[in-house]
Amino acid sequence: MTTAVFVRPTLGQRLAGPAQAVVDFLRVLSRRPVGLAGLIGIVFFLLLAFVAPLFVPLTNDPDVTSLYQTPSLAHPLGTDFQGKDVLNQIVYGGQPILIVAILAAFFSTLIAISFGSIAATIGGRLDAAILAITDVTLTLPKLILLIAVAAIVRPTSFLFLAVILALLQWSSLLRQVRSQVLSLKERDYVEAARSLDLGIFHIVFREILPTMRSYIAIHFILAMTEAMYAQVGIILLGLVPLSGANWGIMLYFAYNQGALFFRDSLWYILSPIVAISLVQLSLVSFASALEDIFNPRLRGA
Amino acid sequence: MTAVPVATKPIGVGWNPRRYFGGFWRHPLARAVLKAVLTIWVTTTLTFFLIRLMPGSPVELKIDELIQTSNGALTYDDARAIASGLFAINLNAPLHEQYLSFLWSLVRLDLGSSFLSSGTSVTSIILAVLPWTLFSVGAGLLLSFVVGIGLGLMAAYRRNSLFDHVVSTGGSVISSIPNYLLALLLIVFVGVQFRLINFTSMRGAYSSGITPGFTPAFIADIFYHAALPITIYFLTQIGHWILSMRSATLSALEEDYVTAARARGLSDGRIRTAYVGRNAVLPLVTQLAISVGFIVGGAAIIEQIFAYQGVGLRLLAAVTQRDYPVIQGVVLLTTVAVVVANLIADLLYSKLDPRIGRAGGAAG
Repeated sequence: MTTAVFVRPTLGQRLAGPAQAVVDFLRVLSRRPVGLAGLIGIVFFLLLAFVAPLFVPLTNDPDVTSLYQTPSLAHPLGTDFQGKDVLNQIVYGGQPILIVAILAAFFSTLIAISFGSIAATIGGRLDAAILAITDVTLTLPKLILLIAVAAIVRPTSFLFLAVILALLQWSSLLRQVRSQVLSLKERDYVEAARSLDLGIFHIVFREILPTMRSYIAIHFILAMTEAMYAQVGIILLGLVPLSGANWGIMLYFAYNQGALFFRDSLWYILSPIVAISLVQLSLVSFASALEDIFNPRLRGA
Repeated sequence: MTAVPVATKPIGVGWNPRRYFGGFWRHPLARAVLKAVLTIWVTTTLTFFLIRLMPGSPVELKIDELIQTSNGALTYDDARAIASGLFAINLNAPLHEQYLSFLWSLVRLDLGSSFLSSGTSVTSIILAVLPWTLFSVGAGLLLSFVVGIGLGLMAAYRRNSLFDHVVSTGGSVISSIPNYLLALLLIVFVGVQFRLINFTSMRGAYSSGITPGFTPAFIADIFYHAALPITIYFLTQIGHWILSMRSATLSALEEDYVTAARARGLSDGRIRTAYVGRNAVLPLVTQLAISVGFIVGGAAIIEQIFAYQGVGLRLLAAVTQRDYPVIQGVVLLTTVAVVVANLIADLLYSKLDPRIGRAGGAAG
C-alpha cells in the first residue's frame, strides 16, 4: 500500500481502518478489567433496554392474587404491590430512562461544544460573557432549581425533560472545551489552517474538535450519569407526571406505597436500585478507563 | 484612534480610572464577589420570569383559583389585588417596575408570605429549616473530607498495595451510586430487613419533648436525628475525596520540590505534611465549595426519604401544596447560601495559597 499514486479506497479498505481501531481499542481496554467490565455492563443494559422488549411480551395487568411475591419460576424477581411481574418491568423500564439520559447528554454536550469553541475562537467580550454565564450556572444548586422548575412547568414528555436536564448541566464541560480550544488554537496545524483561510467552521470542526474526540466521549458518558441521577431523583419525588414501565416510577411506587417498609417486598425494591446502580457503575468505570487510556499523563496513576 | 496611544503616557501621572478599575476587577477576590452577586441576580431574574411571565404562571393560576373558590364573589381585579399581596408584587405596575420592586424586596429579604398560612413570612419559614440542612450537610461533608483526605494520602503512599486497591475501588464504587439509592438501601437493610435501628424515631430534626439549647442532651439528640442524612452525605462524598486526594498526592510526589526536600534530608513526616499534603489539599478546597452546592441540592431527596426537617423537605411540601412563594423563597435563599459558601471557599483558598492573594498586585 505504499504506492505514490492516490487510489480511491474501496469500501472494505475504508472500513478496515475503523475496524482496526476498534480492535486496537478493545486490546488496550482488555488490560483494564474494570473498564472492560464497564463496557460489558453498558452493552448489556443497552441490549436489555432496546432489544429485549422486542422479544418479551409486556405483562402489564395487575393481579390481586399475587401481591408482593418472592421470586419463583413464574416471577423470577417476584411481584410488586399490584401483583405485576418485576422482571418484566425491569426489562421495559430501562428504555425511557436511558433515552432521556442519552438525549440530555447529547444536548448538553452540543451546547458546551458549540458555545465553548465559539467563546475560545472569537474571544473578547463574547468570551467574557459566555464565561460569566458558565461560572454562574456552575454554582447554582441544580437539583433545587430542577425541582422548582419541574413543579412549575410539569415536564410531560421525555424530550422536554431531557432539554430541562441539559440546560442545567452543560457548564463544566463548556469550561473545559473552552480551555482546550484555547490551547489547541495556538498549535502549528491550526495556525496553518488559519493562514490557508479555511474559515472558522473548518478550523473548529475539522481541525480542533477531532483531537478532542476522546475527551468529549468521556464527558458525554459522565453527562449521562448526571442526567440519570437528576431524572430518577425527580421521578422518585413524584414531580414528573409520566406513566408506564420505568425504573424511576418503580422506585416512586416502592416508596409511596409503603413497600419500602415491608419485609417481603425486598426483591421488588432491590431490582430497580440494583439496575440503576449497575448502569451508573458501568458508565463511570468505562469513562475512567477511557480517561486512563486517552490521557497518558494519568496513566498508571 | 490615531491619537497618542494610552500606553505611552507615563504611568502614575494623572488619574486613569480605567487602569485603576481594570486592576481592581482583575483581582481574584473582587471577581469572586462580583460572581457571587451576579449568580444571585441571575437566579432572581430566572425565578421572576418563571413565577410571573410564563403562560399559566403561578400568579395567573392563583388568580383563577381565588375567583373559583369565591363562587363569583370576587371580581378579577379583586383576586388580582389579593394575589399581589400574597406574592408581594404590585401586579398593576408596569412590568419593569414589578421586576425592580421584586429585586428590592429580595434585598430586604422580604419574600412575601406563604399561601397556606397567610401572615407567616416566607423568610421566617425558611430560616427555621435552613440551619438543619446546613448543619447535616456541613457535618457529613466535613467528615467525608477529613476521612477521605486521610485515606487518599495513605493510599497514595502505599500505591498498588492491597490497601490502595481496596480503598480506591471501594471509593469509586460507592461514589457512583446515587445518594438517594444508598438512602433507600440503608432503610431497606438496616431498618427493615435486619431491624438494627428504629428509624421512625429518628425522623424530624430533634425529639419533641426536648428543649433546644446548648445542653449535652440536646446536642446528642440533634446528632441522633441527623445521623442518617449525615451517614448518606458522608458515604456519597468520601469516594470523591479519596480519589482526588490520591491522584493529587501522586502528582505532588513527583514534583521537584519534593525531590529537593528529600535531598536536603528532611524527615518523611515533614515532607508528608508540609510539602506533599499541603500542596495536594489546596486544589481540593475549591472543590469543597462546589460540593456544598451539589449536596445542598441533593439533600432535598435525602431529607424527603428520612423525613428530616430541612429546606429540602419544606420545598417538597411546598411543591405538593403549590405554595409558590415558599418554592421561590427556597430557590433564592439556597442559592444565596451556596454562593456564600463558594465565596468563603474562595477567600480561604487565597489565604491558604499566598500566590492567589498577590495576583493583580492590588492587595496583599
